[in-house]
Amino acid sequence: MSEHRGAPTGEPLVSIQSVSRRFGDVQALEQVSLEIRQGEFFALLGPSGCGKTTLLRILAGFEHPDSGSVTLDGADLLAMAPHRRPVNLMFQSYALFPHMNVAKNIAYGLEREGVPRREIRERVDEVLATVGLTGLARRRPHQLSGGQRQRVALARAIVKRPRLLLLDEPLSALDKKVRAEMQLELKRLQHEVGITFVVVTHDQEEAMSLADRIAVMSEGRVRQIDAPVPLYERPADLFVADFIGANNLITGVVTTDGLRVPDVGVLPCPAAPDAVGATATLAVRPERVRLGADGGLVGVVRDVTFFGGTTRVAVDVTGLDRPLLATVAGAAAVGLGDKTRVDWSGADAVLLDRA
Amino acid sequence: MSSTLTPQRAARTDVGPRGRRAARRERLAGRLATLGPGLGYLVVFLLVPLALVLSYTLFHRGRFGGIVYEASTDNFTRVADGLYLGVIWTSVKLAGLTTLLALLLGYPTAYLIARLPRRWRTVALVLVVLPFWTNFLIRTYAWIILLNSEGVINRTLTGIGAIDRPLELLYTPGAVVGGLLYAYLPLMVLPLYSAIERLDPQLREASANLGARPARTFWSVTLPLTLPGVLTGCVFVFVPSLGNFVVPELLGGGRTVMVGNLIRDQFLKARDWPFGSTLALVVIALLVLLLMAQAWATRRLAGGNRA
Repeated sequence: MSEHRGAPTGEPLVSIQSVSRRFGDVQALEQVSLEIRQGEFFALLGPSGCGKTTLLRILAGFEHPDSGSVTLDGADLLAMAPHRRPVNLMFQSYALFPHMNVAKNIAYGLEREGVPRREIRERVDEVLATVGLTGLARRRPHQLSGGQRQRVALARAIVKRPRLLLLDEPLSALDKKVRAEMQLELKRLQHEVGITFVVVTHDQEEAMSLADRIAVMSEGRVRQIDAPVPLYERPADLFVADFIGANNLITGVVTTDGLRVPDVGVLPCPAAPDAVGATATLAVRPERVRLGADGGLVGVVRDVTFFGGTTRVAVDVTGLDRPLLATVAGAAAVGLGDKTRVDWSGADAVLLDRA
Repeated sequence: MSSTLTPQRAARTDVGPRGRRAARRERLAGRLATLGPGLGYLVVFLLVPLALVLSYTLFHRGRFGGIVYEASTDNFTRVADGLYLGVIWTSVKLAGLTTLLALLLGYPTAYLIARLPRRWRTVALVLVVLPFWTNFLIRTYAWIILLNSEGVINRTLTGIGAIDRPLELLYTPGAVVGGLLYAYLPLMVLPLYSAIERLDPQLREASANLGARPARTFWSVTLPLTLPGVLTGCVFVFVPSLGNFVVPELLGGGRTVMVGNLIRDQFLKARDWPFGSTLALVVIALLVLLLMAQAWATRRLAGGNRA
């Protein structure tokens, strides 16, 4: 965790305690509690409508929770008007002022603080250099490309040196190539300026590649808060297992030998002596599934998808309602309609929702 | 080789322009078919009368009315007379004041309507235009009942002992401005509403997020971005106010003469059509200048405001 400069110090900066918010019949947030540490890159990840944007708007002050508390550096954030919070937001639509040029847009926040004119000019030049837009200061927003607008929005937010920078789907409007480039740049910038970043996204790859820690949200609740690797390898529940990456999910009854699935057999899974006899779901990543091994299950290859570096093979196994996915390196040794065996070791699987 | 190729190529290039010409003719015919009725209406009922008005300005009135077709510039020297310029100036002042008051009243109204929940906005907008469903003359007469020395306002004020003698409310420039304001306020509110409603609410949030108080957000973001709507509203109110002659007649009592009354009197009372036309031309010229200025300003604003 501590191999880079912007690593979190562990001190909580923002503390969100049992925050709930209702819009009519929709429970946007339900008892959400989480802590964001000083200097970390935190991601709120979830499908649309999971409440992540509402939480972001509460931090910025555009929404008020029905109950719960939010503190920043121990001070009550909810008691502060939006324009007094040391929190800046980079809007998903960028929300650049169309009647002002780039320099004016960036200077706007500093002017509100009453920063001297000379210092404003220096800081604007400096931040333009940071985001690589030197020379475009006199352009109007409509004269810029999507990527350039995004940089202006970012510059406008970081020039105020906020305690907390919020980014609402920062990369969603960019095409794939620019997005990868900006991802790297955001990360570099976060290390450089040392501001705490909170990014809201529905894109798990974005969250995984950017964030130190991720809160996975669904239907107004936080499902799991963890670093990317544990989140991927040890999902806390079915939703997370299904939402993050691809997963094979099989439901059965826990026994001392593994998971017993009717009409299929006993499948390898980690030992769970306390759960014997209970119903549970086994999750195993496609890249952990071996093809053509001895033992295991017998199936018929239904689909082979070549991705270049890897190949994904879908295998129909009698008794399972969904085909098993296996990812193999390079090209697959099996073809459509071939009979093959699939297997995995119990240690590579996770048992979820043990009832 | 080349001798066999050349005619072919020539033939091919010949087909091109001919086909294009035919396509252009077709497009033109299509445009005429759709534009035709409207264009015809404008030519007959706008351009022809306008040409007549323009040509009358060069002639003068006969002894018993009618028109003497002898060209001269006498009408224009007469307009330059202080009396008539004074009336035009008074009209511009009254219409200008009406426009300013309409803006000051209309902007907050439009702003509040634009921030209402969606289903209440329609209700509010219907209420704004509701007076238009009543006859203009009747609405203006109603003001006489309000402002009369024996009218509702004066009787209420004397009744509660606020004043001893009735105030002179009717037949004043103030009554004219009040009447014009009442008549044309909706024309200010509607374009302002549409400009404010179209404004991305995230821009206001961005302004607050960057540390601006609500008042600063209004002056730096909301107002500059709704200026095209402000200009449209001002033109919509100023133009009909300047030419109005019913309100000055009924509420100004002939004591506050505006250019509209003057033109009407030249045509109907003095029967001096050429001079009436000249006065009308002056008003038209003023308004054309105003509209050009508005179009120029709007284009400049819109050029920078494209998101």
